[in-house]
Amino acid sequence: MKYVSEFRDGSLARKLAKAIAQAADPARSYQLMEFCGGHTHAIFRYGVQDLVPENVNYVHGPGCPVCVLPVRRLDDAVELALNHDVILCTYGDMMRVPGTKQKSLIKAKAEGADIRMVYSTQDALRIARDNSHREVVFFAIGFETTTPPTAVAILQAKTEGLKNFTVFCNHVLTPPAIAHIVNAPAEEGEDPVRIDGFLGPSHVSSVIGSAPYEPAARIYRKPVVIAGFEPLDVMQSTLMLIRQINEGRHDVENQYTRVVTRDGNRKAQRLVEQVLELRKAFEWRGLGTVPESALKIRKDYSEFDAEKRFTISSKASREVKSCECPAILRGAKKPTECKLFGNVCTPDNPMGACMVSSEGACAAYWTYGRKREAAAAVKEVAV
Amino acid sequence: MSDTGCRSSLRTGTVDMTHGGGGRAMADLIEDLFHRHLKNPVLDQRHDAAVLEMPPGRLVISTDAHVVSPLFFPGGDIGSLAVHGTLNDVAMAGAQPVSLTAGFILEEGFPLADLENIVMSMARASLHAGVPVVSGDTKVVEKGKGDGVFITTTGVGVLAEGVAISPCAAKAGQVVLLSGPIGDHGVAILSKRENLEFETEIRSDSAALHGLVENMISAVPGISVLRDPTRGGLATALNEIAHASGVGFVLQEEQIPVGPDVRAACELLGLDPLYIANEGKLICICEATDASRLLKTMRAHPLGREAAQIGEVVEDDDHMVVMQTGFGGARVVDWLSGEQLPRIC
Repeated sequence: MKYVSEFRDGSLARKLAKAIAQAADPARSYQLMEFCGGHTHAIFRYGVQDLVPENVNYVHGPGCPVCVLPVRRLDDAVELALNHDVILCTYGDMMRVPGTKQKSLIKAKAEGADIRMVYSTQDALRIARDNSHREVVFFAIGFETTTPPTAVAILQAKTEGLKNFTVFCNHVLTPPAIAHIVNAPAEEGEDPVRIDGFLGPSHVSSVIGSAPYEPAARIYRKPVVIAGFEPLDVMQSTLMLIRQINEGRHDVENQYTRVVTRDGNRKAQRLVEQVLELRKAFEWRGLGTVPESALKIRKDYSEFDAEKRFTISSKASREVKSCECPAILRGAKKPTECKLFGNVCTPDNPMGACMVSSEGACAAYWTYGRKREAAAAVKEVAV
Repeated sequence: MSDTGCRSSLRTGTVDMTHGGGGRAMADLIEDLFHRHLKNPVLDQRHDAAVLEMPPGRLVISTDAHVVSPLFFPGGDIGSLAVHGTLNDVAMAGAQPVSLTAGFILEEGFPLADLENIVMSMARASLHAGVPVVSGDTKVVEKGKGDGVFITTTGVGVLAEGVAISPCAAKAGQVVLLSGPIGDHGVAILSKRENLEFETEIRSDSAALHGLVENMISAVPGISVLRDPTRGGLATALNEIAHASGVGFVLQEEQIPVGPDVRAACELLGLDPLYIANEGKLICICEATDASRLLKTMRAHPLGREAAQIGEVVEDDDHMVVMQTGFGGARVVDWLSGEQLPRIC
């Protein structure tokens, strides 16, 4: 397919693999965190790890939108759908994420809640227009990529005078999460997460630009390369990161120049700014409470804020004991180091969010990586 | 009710509870809609059960329920699908189908004109396949308790002596053939789903495969496995065979045919063509030495023109399906978990 297959070209991949092998210093290791689930997906789906030297390791970051949503917010959505007689509109990825006691939206739907899977905020608006006698809530999740459409939907609802449309806003921000990961002290009994550099977000950066990562790169002396989601993007960005690390640089470089500029999409930023504002703090699954890392709906638009319209009181929220999603999202553990991985927790019966979305590290490991892990284990035993 | 009266109500009326009540309304519906279009000598016996002359051979029976939404889609509808789906299940045993039965569950309020279109489509599919619908049943459920129409069909066929096709029969060293490009049916359905309508030329590949199977078996009677990769797609079908036969598979991504439109739609929606449903394709596992003869036979049939060899059967205690990617790495092709959900970014 034109403009897609070019970025998946096997012969170019081999050339890049050779360049990476030449650049990587065998005397050290490279711990590279790919921030986004989209990167994780590409690495596993195309077998990128097979093409880089053994001392170049990808650490899977928290950039999977459904994975970082804390259980409490998901429980709130389930409660909204079950007990407030609303039509809850959600992105498909969110449907199977387990909340407290494994209660997911898909289970709530089976109990009679009216939950509709939508592909865009425009679908949610249409459902609101078509059901003027019902309250329609859009369950807004995601990073800066999905935020502008939410802002636009609220503006449209205001212009149209839609009285039955609200947004349950859970949008989160990328740069504070990156800063938090490199800055956070290790949990008790856990080694500090050593990250040598970041493959920076691609679609997120098309909205916010590459400039917002500059302070974190400078302060924490970690190089960032904005990387596209195609496998050749990931490999070229890997080479760029290794070169920066070797040279002791910590710049923000942009590999994804066909989409990302330093300033990003100003119009989208203005729309978000108009409708949404910073929360003082927000809880992330895996990262804990991160200051100024999420957005809420501004007072001027509070009539569209589901948190204002409904009194949501979900009971005490709890994650499954011994689920390692939090440590996996911080990059502190690999999915295979979780006791539940592969026996209790599988894509058919996910215990934690990382096993649900195909962007989640556990699901990606399960779907694409097991064979390689198994082969590696066999090799270790043989040695 | 006079014939003309019923005809006009077929164009304007809707299904109501009397159509399932066992009275005159039901009799009229059966006569003027089902019998009229599906007409054949066995159905005309007007028994509750069909009495058939069977050709010699072992009896093969398969049943399949059809609940597709939307009911009408590019390249077919629930009527043609209900015929093809069941005929293909019979054909995948290596059998030649002889007859079909059909059970209809209709929802109160369903337009009779739509029902007639569905039955006419079934009649065309059955005529084209050369397999008559010989018995049927209709029930009506209250509004809100169905999704317009559900159709369950049962197919009966006969299996010639010496044919031993089974999902348990794949052996290491054999090869995997695929009859054509994957994903057309699933993407055609998706393109008409509420919320997702997109412009595309993609049509469902829904078709009856027993003619192709007949040619294949005459060319190579020793075929080990036949399977139509319907729900869950190629990936799920191969995982099922891997477990049933106790083997693994190694696929070559670049050999798996996928049409450019399907590829583009999957790319946009974040879906993987390996997991998308097909209704007119088959997987065939055979000895490596038979592969070229079978491929030639398949390519000579209109439903197998783009047939390809896509991989091989290997020994693997984990029964995994692994794919060599065009990019140069390897990935596991696992079962589909739940429904394939679109990624959000």
